[in-house]
Amino acid sequence: MTVAIVGAAETTQLGKIPDTSQIELHADAALNAMADAGLMPKDIDGVATAGESPVGIAHYLGIAPRYADGTSVGGCSFMLHVRHAVAAIEAGMADTVLVTHGESGRSGIGRGGRGGGGGAGLPDQFEGPYGGMGPTTMFTIGVLRYMKQYGMTHEQLATVAVVQREWAGMSPRASYRDPITVEDVMASRMIAYPFHLLECCLVTDGGGALILTKAERAKDFPQKPVYIMGTGESVETPMVSQMKDLTSSQAFRIAGADAFKSSGISHGDVDHLMVYDAFAHLPIWGLEDLGFCERGEAAGFIEDGNTRPGGKLPLNTNGGGLSYMHSGMYGMYALQESVRQMRGTAPAQVPDAEVSVCLGVGGMFAASGCIVMTNSESA
Amino acid sequence: MADAEKRPRPLPRPTPETQHFWDGTRAGELRLQRCLDCGTVYFPPRPFCPGTGSRNVEVFRASGKATLLSYVINHRQHPSFDSPYSIALVQLEEGPTMMTNIVGCEQTPEALVLDMPLEVTFEDHGDIVIPLFRPA
Repeated sequence: MTVAIVGAAETTQLGKIPDTSQIELHADAALNAMADAGLMPKDIDGVATAGESPVGIAHYLGIAPRYADGTSVGGCSFMLHVRHAVAAIEAGMADTVLVTHGESGRSGIGRGGRGGGGGAGLPDQFEGPYGGMGPTTMFTIGVLRYMKQYGMTHEQLATVAVVQREWAGMSPRASYRDPITVEDVMASRMIAYPFHLLECCLVTDGGGALILTKAERAKDFPQKPVYIMGTGESVETPMVSQMKDLTSSQAFRIAGADAFKSSGISHGDVDHLMVYDAFAHLPIWGLEDLGFCERGEAAGFIEDGNTRPGGKLPLNTNGGGLSYMHSGMYGMYALQESVRQMRGTAPAQVPDAEVSVCLGVGGMFAASGCIVMTNSESA
Repeated sequence: MADAEKRPRPLPRPTPETQHFWDGTRAGELRLQRCLDCGTVYFPPRPFCPGTGSRNVEVFRASGKATLLSYVINHRQHPSFDSPYSIALVQLEEGPTMMTNIVGCEQTPEALVLDMPLEVTFEDHGDIVIPLFRPA
């Protein structure tokens, strides 16, 4: 036996609770369980829940987790959470996992709603009224602060899109392949100042799938094996307005640090990098939060050509969400490109690449996952 | 400000844990919460401190003063707003950050200068009053 339950509690009241919203029912039960175990929010590093998002629960409770499980398969979700938590704790992905449930099943207080406004969820109440139009306004809202803090120019932001178009030009399946200039980007339609059209991702259709098995079986399959060296994950907040620092993602930092630690690699080992680029600033945040660049230096790093074809750190080599494709949940395509690079089959193949890091983002800056892959058995 | 034919902005539905905030805006006050164990001021509302987990917290009236932390100016059409309009994040004098709109000035990069001082103002929608900010 490797894992034990050390805290357990129900909500303070049961039955008819018209004075408590659904998320507060989760929190009330969680605080009671923490009291039962003698723990505080800072002692928890894993969150699993269904009905509400683990992002919302973690932020509401003040938890900065490195493990988040939102498996939602109905009333037995919590059994799956326990099973997954056992595996996660055994694997070192988390030390102390909180599994929460809360449901205003009778009173219907504070159910549903994820930020579109008109609802009772916290994002609906405190961000929904202000005219946000999804990612184009919410993902981008911190960038002016970054620009002021670090002196990044509009032209440097545009350069991200220009460099990724260079990569897309080498990829036959990319949606946009014609070269563009900084001037083209700056002249494209304003979507949400300071973001122009060509600094925003595409909206396309598509899909992807992956199959994983034990490494010892991998050579029985027809394709060159791509091994998972390490992983990391985290969630910060469902509300961009509540990020601790607009110029950096806490979820990136926690997910990236765990991925590097669990894989045992250092930055110099990385031959290929994917950073989910829904908007042009994402590669800048990713380069800094993963530790490839000091804070405030990633825009210059890209401008200097380090991430373009022939550069020392090839980044988003399919053209990314800005030029390759973006169906809405682009992370699958970033993983697919890392696999192609590790198989040696990418259209814009990085010569002799052995280690690929793939950083994803979700729900704007709400969540992050980071995967380190290699094609080397000895890596 | 929205035209007559425009839909009203999406309005929140308060929950028991946020009611004090929305009662506050109707009374012309911006209300925050403070942990009585550790002193942390936090937002959005919840009946415990996200730092300590303590339920020993109080509601208090904030100054309504803030500075402009960051923003975008949305150029796409919105059913409730006249584009272009700003969506902003402000840093309250007491520490927490909030999303809002900046009103009472041009919706341009020249007029919206980061770190400019702001003060809260309130937009009445009947049962719900929305906190907005304007140059101080």
